Amino acid sequence: MKEISSAIQLIPLENYIVLSIALFSIGMMGVLFRRNTIAILMCLELMFNSVNLLLTAFSAYHSDPSGQVFVFFIMIVAAAEIAVGLSIVVMMKRNVDSVDINLLNRLKW
Amino acid sequence: MILLFYLLSAIMIICALAVVFSKNPINNVIYLIVCFLAMAGHYILLNAQFLAVVHIIVYTGAIMVLFLFVIMLLNLNKAIILRKSTVTRVSAVITGGVFFLVLLAATRQTFEIHARYPFASDFGLVSGIGKVLFSEFLLPFEISSILFISAMVGALMFGKKDV
Amino acid sequence: MVALNSYITLSWLVPAFPLLGFLITGMAKNRLKNNQAGIIASILVSLSFLMSAFLFFALRSSGQESATVTLFNWIAAGDLKIPFAFLIDNLSVTMMLIVTGVGALIHIYSIGYMHGDDRVNSFFAQMNLFTFSMLLLVMGANYLILFIGWEGVGFCSYLLIGFWFKNPAFNYAARKAFVMNRIGDLGFILGIILLFFTFKSVGFTEVFSQATSMHSGTPLVTLITILLLVGAVGKSAQIPLYTWLPDAMAGPTPVSALIHAATMVTAGIYMIARSSILYNLAPLTMNIMIILGLATAIFAAVIGLRQNDIKKVLAYSTVSQLGYMFLALGLGAYSSAVFHLTTHAFFKALLFLGAGSIIHAMGGEQDIRKMGGLRKKMPVTYFTFLAATLAISGIPPFSGFFSKDLILSKAFENNPLLYILALGGALITCFYMFRLLYLVFFGSQRLSTVHPHESPRVMTFPLIILSILSVFGGFLNIPSLFGGDSRFGEFLNKSIISGITEELGSATEIGLIVSSLILLGLVILYAYRIYVKKADIPVADGVSTNIFSKAIENKFYVDEIYSAVIEKPFGSLSDFFFNKVENKVLDPAVDEVGILTSKLGNLVRKLQQGNMSFYLFAMVAGILLFIIFILIV
Repeated sequence: MKEISSAIQLIPLENYIVLSIALFSIGMMGVLFRRNTIAILMCLELMFNSVNLLLTAFSAYHSDPSGQVFVFFIMIVAAAEIAVGLSIVVMMKRNVDSVDINLLNRLKW
Repeated sequence: MILLFYLLSAIMIICALAVVFSKNPINNVIYLIVCFLAMAGHYILLNAQFLAVVHIIVYTGAIMVLFLFVIMLLNLNKAIILRKSTVTRVSAVITGGVFFLVLLAATRQTFEIHARYPFASDFGLVSGIGKVLFSEFLLPFEISSILFISAMVGALMFGKKDV
Repeated sequence: MVALNSYITLSWLVPAFPLLGFLITGMAKNRLKNNQAGIIASILVSLSFLMSAFLFFALRSSGQESATVTLFNWIAAGDLKIPFAFLIDNLSVTMMLIVTGVGALIHIYSIGYMHGDDRVNSFFAQMNLFTFSMLLLVMGANYLILFIGWEGVGFCSYLLIGFWFKNPAFNYAARKAFVMNRIGDLGFILGIILLFFTFKSVGFTEVFSQATSMHSGTPLVTLITILLLVGAVGKSAQIPLYTWLPDAMAGPTPVSALIHAATMVTAGIYMIARSSILYNLAPLTMNIMIILGLATAIFAAVIGLRQNDIKKVLAYSTVSQLGYMFLALGLGAYSSAVFHLTTHAFFKALLFLGAGSIIHAMGGEQDIRKMGGLRKKMPVTYFTFLAATLAISGIPPFSGFFSKDLILSKAFENNPLLYILALGGALITCFYMFRLLYLVFFGSQRLSTVHPHESPRVMTFPLIILSILSVFGGFLNIPSLFGGDSRFGEFLNKSIISGITEELGSATEIGLIVSSLILLGLVILYAYRIYVKKADIPVADGVSTNIFSKAIENKFYVDEIYSAVIEKPFGSLSDFFFNKVENKVLDPAVDEVGILTSKLGNLVRKLQQGNMSFYLFAMVAGILLFIIFILIV
């Protein structure tokens, strides 16, 4: 235990921050980039996880377990969100026979 | 140790980019799973063993399988040509890059971090998380079960044949 | 002492009864049948009267001068602390007795008078609300509660003048009364505000105790009293704001009796008598009051000479009598003013109720030229009306004699010229009242289409009670000249600080009384000769050639002058603003804003096309800009 915790100190926190930012930006780019709704959902997962990673890193460097509990809660929310999101995709496929996000263009009302 | 960090990070970044740019949904899922496994590695590096295990179970075990099921159920496994116009795609890439740079610039203004609590031997383990979860965060924990039930009902609602 | 305090806390019941009556008759107005509303209202006002009488005796036997009953703290903000409190002293108890006593009689009368009207329940609800407001006015322990009552009676007056609102002329009269009152109220409320800034309080006790240490003629106090006077002038129908009162006769006759003769119009007198300490400090205001009062007394009496509508005659006579009260106030004889107020409430209410009885009998006819010979047909009305006429003319021993003579002698003390003018007004009053009496009751009936009959007992009963009061009311305050002790004046002087002290020699006073009596007798004889012997009927409107009588007939064109000087320019100014400013400038400007918005909307609408990826881009761009903004700033 002791060794691992001291091993954390070898990696600067900045590295984790930069990594999370990079993952978040990639996820966001994907959301903007793709038309496939399922792919967009996957990119959302990427963004979620980058945040999770950052939270865990801060938690570790703070020695505060609350951060990890929040990661746990974010996972809960992500799981719920994916369940609903995928069922929407299924319904969309069934109704308009496509998973193209641009077909959902009725959001103007 | 730092080498391990760089290795895992490289795997994550590459896989994430592959998720964005590869066209086949099945491939997307596979890349994402690899990415998440690397992230579990990061969790272990950060001394969060419990999270690492939960992450693998929930994400790679449940969510990604769900993705795979949906893709196969909807018969999307063959590459469907769903591409945005070139302008949009280029601008998406540029936006992502700018976003990255701006956030990096923002982190320049952060301050140094000091440990709030003395290091506990069960930090990050099931017992440590459990103690916090069932004392301080008991109410949100219980409420999250309601969230799950409503999500389940919602998913069933959407999944029904004729709504 | 102890007994008084425990009784006096019950004083909130006095206004509570009419309020209860208002709530009952107002809420159940669609359910009450026939006379139920009237009976409920009358009983509650009578209870209120009994309660007032009880308070009166409690106060007398206790020997205490005043008592304050605080119901609850109403406003507390900074320096402004206003409790919702009642001040029970001799003056307010007197006013309470008048308001509830005369009010109860008029309510009973109204059961007969308003019988069969469609909205009789609303009528009684409004009458009860009026009684409640009037009681608040006279009982309030500070100017603000007085003001609530003041506005309340004004509002009820508006409602009741326009009671038959299907007639546009009546609505116009109601509006006129309301607007005229509003002018006065503006002065009144400014006065209250100034009072608060000067004394840091609006409670009577606090203000008066501070005022006693002030010097006479302090400009601030003079200003306050003038502003309060403006309010009183509006409410009590003095020059120049009197024109609403004759028009207010559009309301049902009991309303005229209660509101526009006995109670509401005397609110101004009450308020000034209440503020006597302040007025004693302002000789300038006193002089203004003398001039206004005397001018109004004579002016209105002269107009009354040529009026042919029975209620209009009485209305002008009310204005004229109020003028006398103002004269008394201006002379510093506050208790005389309140005494005249009291007797006037009796005989003027009686006159109006008698007029109502006559109108009732004549089937709604109000023109005295068409009446005549009613003496035989309506004996009760005749005798009560006669008593009231004698009282208002100042014939001893009727009540009006004592009160009016008191004012006249005070005027003589001040200046013989005032006395002569005031006596002249009294003679004119006597003449037009007897002209009215002779035209209505003597001679032969001139309108054959109606068959006059005596009114039902529910209407004659209040007439009889009031006539007894009119006849004997004067004995409340027999001057020392006739071996009396001026009990009423002494009683009131406990709560009013009188402005004058000296007494006339009894020889002078007897001389004055005898000379005025001789003149009054001559006037009555003259009126008898013209209207009974010669049976002279006033000519129809607009026929008389004499310029002076024509002017009187048209009420000296005051309404026309107001209309030309104030209403017309104001109307054309409004027209200008409406046609030029509003239609040409404001409206287009507002329209342009609307058009611009919808054009902008059309422009922006293109962004809102439902394209999800565009939305996402916009969102990300927004977040980016936000972060950059935070980074830079």
